[in-house]
Amino acid sequence: MPYNPALVAPMRAEMTRMGAKELMSAAEVDAAIGDQKGSMLVFVNSVCGCAAGNARPALSLALKHSVLPQHVVTVFAGQDLDAAARARQYFGDYQPSSPSIALLRDGEVVHFVHRHQIEGRVPQAIAADLAAAFDRFFGAAV
Amino acid sequence: MSGHVFHPGHAELHGITVVLETNGPLTYVGRYDSEDEHGVHMLDVGVHDAAAGDGSKDEYVRKSAKFGIRSNHKHLVVPAAVVAKITRLGSMA
Repeated sequence: MPYNPALVAPMRAEMTRMGAKELMSAAEVDAAIGDQKGSMLVFVNSVCGCAAGNARPALSLALKHSVLPQHVVTVFAGQDLDAAARARQYFGDYQPSSPSIALLRDGEVVHFVHRHQIEGRVPQAIAADLAAAFDRFFGAAV
Repeated sequence: MSGHVFHPGHAELHGITVVLETNGPLTYVGRYDSEDEHGVHMLDVGVHDAAAGDGSKDEYVRKSAKFGIRSNHKHLVVPAAVVAKITRLGSMA
């Protein structure tokens, strides 16, 4: 059951402040990811403070890197249920977890950061890994 | 909300994805929730049974680390007496 919208509003705002586009329905997900060309980051947001409380600031830090995805979108697991479920259909063999971060190129997942790769880590460490993934998968040589 | 924790006061591993190895053929991968007189409570758990021809435990853990957990139990309690080792999945990735 979704949390009170007022409770999660700051978590949504944290994402949109860093430039992520919120996808709140399956149709919005299809429109954003369905025929996506180029590079995209999909952030699966979560109310869990243990992991999402570090994942959001980590992404904010990573988005200051010199190499970036062309599009940054977010769905909110446990809140926007249809949108999150539809986004996960684009993640192929990667099992659902939240928070999590998918990097896509031309609609295909090229890198996935699971919840267990976020838990217990400081935002700077998570951001450094993300920046390295941006370089590897979205850099000019790719 | 950065850094905000909804559930303070829990065990160190609360909310952390772990690999729980038992003294028997079963290995569990999922989120550690708590421990009480009934055992270790885990959430969103996948189970590997070495006795059921599921392939090697190491391969199961490796795939779980790479692709995530194929959960087939929302909540599961592992009796404390059979717990051999608990390791963070993130440290095995």
